[in-house]
Order: sequence, then C-alpha cells, then structure tokens
Amino acid sequence: MTYHRPEFRHPDLPTNELGYTKKQYEGAISTLCAGCGHDSISAGVIQACFELSIEPHKVAKISGIGCSSKTPTYFLGNSHGFNSVHGRMPSVATGANLANRELIYIGVSGDGDSASIGMGQFAHVVRRSLNMLYLVENNGCYGLTKGQDSATADVGSMSKKGAANPFEPIDLCTLAIELGATFVARSFSGDKDQLVPLIKAAISHCGFALIDVISPCVTFNNNSSSTKSYEFVREHIEATGKTDFIPMRQEITADYEPGFSQEVTLHDGSVIHLYKKDENLDVHSRLSALQAIYKCKEKGEILTGLLYLDPDCEDLHEIIDTVEKPLRDLDEKALCPGNASLDKINESLR
Amino acid sequence: MKPTDIKDPEYFHQVVDCQYACPAHTPVPEYIRLIAQQRYTDAYMINWESNVFPGVLGRTCDRPCEPACRRGRVESEPVAICRLKRVAADNKDDISSRLPTIPSKKNGRKIALVGAGPASLTVARDLAPLGYELTIFDEQPVAGGFMRSQIPAFRLPESVLNEEVGYILGMGMVTHFNHYVDSLKGLLSQDYDAIFVGSGAPRGRDLPNLPGRQEGDASIHIGIDWLSNVAFEHIEKIGKRVIVLGGGNTAMDCCRTARRVGGNEVKVIVRSPFESMKASAWEKEDAIHEGIPIIENHVPLEFVVEKGKLVGMRFEKVSAVFDESGKRSLVSTGEEPVFYPCDEVLVAIGQENAFPWIEKDAGIDFDDWGMPVLNAQTFQSSSAKVFFGGDSAFGPENIITAVAHGHQAAVSIDLFCDGKQVNQRPPPGTSLLSQKMGVHEWSYDNDVTTDLRKIVPLVELTSALQNRTMEVELGFDIETAFAEAERCLNCDVQTVFYDDKCIECDACVDICPMDCINFIENDDEPQLRQSLRVKAGNIGQDIYVSGELETGRVMAKDEDVCLHCGLCAERCPTAAWDMQQFFYQVTKAVPLCSK
Repeated sequence: MTYHRPEFRHPDLPTNELGYTKKQYEGAISTLCAGCGHDSISAGVIQACFELSIEPHKVAKISGIGCSSKTPTYFLGNSHGFNSVHGRMPSVATGANLANRELIYIGVSGDGDSASIGMGQFAHVVRRSLNMLYLVENNGCYGLTKGQDSATADVGSMSKKGAANPFEPIDLCTLAIELGATFVARSFSGDKDQLVPLIKAAISHCGFALIDVISPCVTFNNNSSSTKSYEFVREHIEATGKTDFIPMRQEITADYEPGFSQEVTLHDGSVIHLYKKDENLDVHSRLSALQAIYKCKEKGEILTGLLYLDPDCEDLHEIIDTVEKPLRDLDEKALCPGNASLDKINESLR
Repeated sequence: MKPTDIKDPEYFHQVVDCQYACPAHTPVPEYIRLIAQQRYTDAYMINWESNVFPGVLGRTCDRPCEPACRRGRVESEPVAICRLKRVAADNKDDISSRLPTIPSKKNGRKIALVGAGPASLTVARDLAPLGYELTIFDEQPVAGGFMRSQIPAFRLPESVLNEEVGYILGMGMVTHFNHYVDSLKGLLSQDYDAIFVGSGAPRGRDLPNLPGRQEGDASIHIGIDWLSNVAFEHIEKIGKRVIVLGGGNTAMDCCRTARRVGGNEVKVIVRSPFESMKASAWEKEDAIHEGIPIIENHVPLEFVVEKGKLVGMRFEKVSAVFDESGKRSLVSTGEEPVFYPCDEVLVAIGQENAFPWIEKDAGIDFDDWGMPVLNAQTFQSSSAKVFFGGDSAFGPENIITAVAHGHQAAVSIDLFCDGKQVNQRPPPGTSLLSQKMGVHEWSYDNDVTTDLRKIVPLVELTSALQNRTMEVELGFDIETAFAEAERCLNCDVQTVFYDDKCIECDACVDICPMDCINFIENDDEPQLRQSLRVKAGNIGQDIYVSGELETGRVMAKDEDVCLHCGLCAERCPTAAWDMQQFFYQVTKAVPLCSK
C-alpha cells in the first residue's frame, strides 16, 4: 500500500515562459477527503500560476484554520506560506503585504474562517483594499468538525444530518461589493474552465480581489437536499458570461459579438474579456452587479462568473502612501532615521 | 467516440503492452509481481504454461515485450523483463509435482511431429496431457532444434535447455532422433491423425556467385551449420583471423563463438549501416564488449584465394541512400575496394526455408517464395491434417514466436481430431478482479519507484573467452531482481471506470500525475485526441471513453503513459474508479496449471 504521488509526469507536459511545467507549481499530496471541491480549487491555482508564468518564490500563501485553510500545503510547494490563526488570515496578509509589497498574496479561507470567526477581519481587509487574491472555499458547513451548518448555508438547506438550516446566509460577494471590493467573482470548484481565468484575472488585478468558490463538502454536505452539493449547484448555476483572460503581450484573437462583450484592461496591461449572457450587465457598476445577483437569487439560481470589477482602483499602499520598496530593501538609515526625525514627527503632532 | 467496450477482452489486453507484444502473450506483470514476492516457482509456472521455455527465453529471447514496455515511455528504459524471467527460472524449486498429469489411458489419436524444436515441443506439451500419442522426429541426436544447434552455450547453458526439453519429453512420447524425415507422403501413408511440421528454416544463405567462393570453400562456412557443428562438437577450433559476414543475431553468435574457439582477430563486416543491422542492440553490445569490431557499409566483392588458400576478402565501401519513398539503397562511395586479411569466413547473411522432403504431389500448396500456404490463425495447410509452425510456417523468426505458433497449432490439431471446425476457436481465458483492500490499501504495490534499469553483471571477460560453454551473463541476484521487479508499472491492474457512479468532482483529474484523465465534450477520435489535457499523440495507444455523464461530457482517458498508480481510484469519493487486475490467458488446447 502507498499513498504517494509518483515522481513521474507526462513526458509531453507543456512548459511556460519560465521553462517550468505544472509540476513546479504543485504541493504535497492532499489529505482532504477524496472528492473534496477544495482540491479542484488547488488544481485551479496551480494551473493559473503555471499559465501566468509566475515565479513560485514570488508568491505568499496565507490561510486561517479549516479544511480550506489546509489547502495551501497542497499547491505551490515552492512558495512562501503562513497557516495562521482562525479567522485572522486578513491581518497576517495585511502585515506581510505592508512589509513586502512585491509578492503576490493568495489568501485562502473558508466560509467559517471568513463569514463567522473572521467576519470582522474580512470586512476590514475589503475596506482597506489590500492587494491580494482572497479565495473563499465555500462549502456551507464546518467540515473539520463534522459538518455543522456554517454562516453561508442557505435557509432550508439540509446537510447530511438532515436538519434544515433556519438562518439567513451571509453572501460574501454582495457584502464585498458593498464594502468596496474592486474585483468580485463567484465560481464553482466543479467548473475549472470558469475558475482558472478568474484566478488569473484576480491575481493580475492590483487591489482586493475576492473569489467566492462554491466547493462541495463530499463528506458532510453533498446530499440532494443541500444547496451546496455538486448536483444542486450544477442544476442551479447561472453565469454572468464566459471570462477570457488575455495576458499582456498577447494578441486578442477571439471574435466577440458586440453588445454582449465587455473588455477590461488591467493595470499590468492584461485584458479581461467578458462574453456576457445578459447585455444589460455592466461589470463596472456595483448596482448592476448587485441587481444581477439578487435577480438570480430570487429565481433560486446561483450567479457565478465575474460580478464586479474596478480596474482603476487604488490599493492600500497607494491610499496610505507607503514607501515604494519592501522594508527588507531599506537600509538602516532609512529604517531608523534617528532622533531628529522623531522629534520632527512629534513636533508635527503637538 | 463510442464508449469503450471493456467487456471485449482485447481492450484491456492491449493496455498490458508487454503481454500484448509477446507473441505467446505471457502475463508479464503477474509473474514480475510474483518475483518481487520471492514466489519464484509460481512465477516460473506462469511462464512455463505460457512460453514453455522460461529458462531458455530468460536468456535468449528477442524480447518483443521490452520495446513495448510502458516504462520506456515514462522514463528512458523499459523493465528488464527478459532477465527477470531468468531469475524465476534460476531460483525456482522442484516443479515436477506441478507438471500436468499425463493420462495413462490414451485418447487413441496419433500425431507425428517433424522436428524437435520449440514449435514441435510446444505442440507436444499442449497435447500430451490430453492423451494424444505423439511421435517426434529429428535429424539431430537430441531435442531442442535451433535452441541447441544455433544458440551458443555461453549464452544458453546446455543444462538449462536439457531441463526444459526434458519436462516435455518426460510426458511420454515416441522419439526418433538421428532420423531425417525424407518423405511427407511416407508419413501421410501411416496412421497419424495429424502431422505437425516444425522443421525450422534449415538452410543458411550462401554467396555462391562471389568470386573465389569455390576455391576458398575449405575456409568458408555457412554460419548456422558452423554453429551447429560447434554445438555438437564436430568443430573445435577456427583460424586466428575470422571474418563474419552478416548483421543479424546469428552473425553475433558466430563472431562470439569464433572468439572462443581460437579466433583472436574476429571482425563482423556488414553491408548495411550499424543502426539498421538486424541484430538486437544488446547482442551487438555484447559482441563489441568482447573486442569484436563491427565494420558497417561494406559489401563483399570477392574471396581472395592465393595458392589455393583463402587469404582475405575484398569489399566495396557503400553508403545508404534513401529515395523519396524512403526505400534504401546502398550506393558505392567510389573509393578503392578494401582488403581485409583472414583465415576463415563465416557467412551469416540469413536463413531460408527448405522443404526438400515434401513431395510436390503431397497435397501441400506452396507460394511463389516456396513457403507453405497456411491459415495464419489455425496454421492448417492445404492438406487438412498437416499443420505448420515455427520458422517453417512463415519464415525465420525466434523461439517465442515458434512457441506461440505451437500453442495455436495444438488448438487446431485438437479441434481437427475432434471433428470440429478449426477456425471456431475457444475464447481466451480472462478475469477482472478488484484489487481494493481498504483505505489507501491495494493488493498490489502501487508505489512507483524512480529506480533506473539494473544492469546484468557479466563474467570477467578473459575467462569468458577461454571457455566456450561458460555462461557470460551471471543473472540478477535476489536484491537486484527485487529492485528491477519493482520498476514494473503493473499495467495489468486496470483503471476501470463506472460512469453511473461518477459525480464529476474532478478529483481524479487533479491527482493524476500523468494528466491522463479528462472530462470533456465527446468528439471523433482525431479531434478528441487533440483536445485532451495533454494531446494524445501515440495512436498506438487507445483512448478509454465512458458513456455520457450528467453534464453531457464524457470521461476520456489516454492509456499511453498511465502509471497504474491507482490514485484516481484512491481519490474517487464514489468508487467510480476501481483498480482491477486483468488476467488474460491465450486460448490453448488445454488449461494446464492456471492461476
């Protein structure tokens, strides 16, 4: 018996601009339950980072506590990682980001970690527009403690135990739009065609990017009466449209039908192309996004895809006008300017 | 694509590349696992049942399985299948109690076998347990055919051959050695119910029209005849300087034998470029290792004879030129002919079939090339009760092919004698069994080692060259054999997919180290192959396609480089994937000592 991932990979595996194959972006073998949606999200992150030709050592993965927060072990094994305190991933990410603004920050959290114990932290990291990808692996239950309903479980949804959830769910996407997030998307772990371009776009976005990924818990919440099961989500999924992510330097070759397509150029020059299902949706408008989400909800459907995007936002560093370099690149003189400088600051506050 | 029909035994059979490539379809992964478990006798019996001569083949097989081995596509080198077979043979216990019982009461049917080589012996092995009365004829004093006469003892010790030939002769049959059958009509006139011809390809090609051939005759020998004379100790030495003509395995055996019986300046001179020589790569390596140069691109012009004695040979230098259709021709470089001095020449440029003993009116049809007209599946000739096999059926091949022919001819003879249609053949024996033992637990070792192919140690060169019968290869020791056996990917443990259980969670796609598994819109095979995660360019390998799933997609798995590691089944929450061992046993006249 063994539970090791063999060393061999397909000999014809494609390489990216760095000459790496996907293997260089993998992590340890997953110890989550077989069939867990979270593993698909990890595979999505691996695929996205591979396709973006990101140097693995330029990524920091930060997580809280929970099944979802275990997953950074299972991807980007050559990147930095910090498995922090329950619900406190945003604080740690904020600190790390302020100290070194040159890394790409991927925060991984779950519905418990973000919508319950970490609710306050979530709200404030959104408000502060921290430049990061905030991935919520949302299964509507506490999988690590035997599947109790979480704060994102829908009213009436039943987990394996068979009791209907009586409480209103927290919708992290509408909340994030309300609180000023500049990139908000929802996706489904069972749809990598949608998820991977969204992750790539979110990583390329210079500001706070939330992707709320519905990720079925196969062990406790994948029964027919749950609204977060593979079957239910597949039957009730609705998408804002098809998202194409076109990295800068690359020519746009696809032929899009006018009216239904919306193109967004990001700060780094890459382009998000949304081929919309509904002509009236405007991803630059919070109102339009919220309307679309609520309309779907009324029909009992789950709206996925890119929901809202403001490409011209300012991130936390720009807002509070921090130093341009990572702190570790500053010399002693810059870091400890001396008594005279301190006096000057004190004077300005009197 | 249509859903793959896994109930067709040929589908999974083709996934087991080694077994499929083997003419006798020996269940290779099964016996390799047994070797790893140190169950050498069991491993030997699996082999014995399938290929009759495991000890012989473990040393001399042409190994069609190894170029096919999936490991060779995953890393650089295939599993050393052939030499593992030898490990089973070398380390087994006494097998006499496991041999089939031979009924004392015969079934009243008499079969004549012409030739006592691997094909005839296989027929005898398959028919004796059924009570057939067998009579075997051979012109040599002992059985073995070309395994004895043409394979030198330093590659195949006589004791190994005698043992395995002995298992068959010990089943009780009438043997007529030193008996050249000179008339088929004579045999037909006797009361045999069927006749099997396994008389080999006994005639070595010559260069009768090359200048000097007649004059130098005393020092010019036909390779296979010379090898046979050495084997039967009619010849004990050769001149110091020897030229071997030819680029096949016989040429390699000739030069290495010459090196041991007095030739200390032995050269192989071949018409074609080195790469396109017919000899197996390892046999060329062995010859070079023994200090024998292989001179390529030299076409013989004449035997140079002075004062009635052969003094050397003259060659024209050529180079290979390919035309638009890829056809090769050897074109003279225009240089002066080259002279190589020598005392003796061995001509090993190919073999031919010859049936001087089959009368024109014996009822056997021959084609334009002088070969008998046969049904390729039944080996039946135009004379209903005469069957052919081995080199005498379709021309010179090798031992394992002769064995494969023998099994099929035995099936035909048995059907024929029962008055049944010989082309309505019983199906192969197959089974498909789940290997799941529990969580993370499979009944096979699914860990994939990164070990590279182990090298078989050799006897020290100087002593090897002093003794014609000293076996050169030492074989693997137990530890090395285990490490080599662990390199096997267990391709017979199949990934079986149940589409009705799949919830399309992608867990198998995410875990598969080789990106074999896809959930995708169905399409025609060429388009589907292009749209997989990694394009499926190896069209010799199938795509396993499921029925339509809930989302309208299908599962499509490229079998090409699957490691059979079982992680897809391990990570599947609904057991839609399972690892099941597929056992395939070729149709034989009799199931002997099956699993």
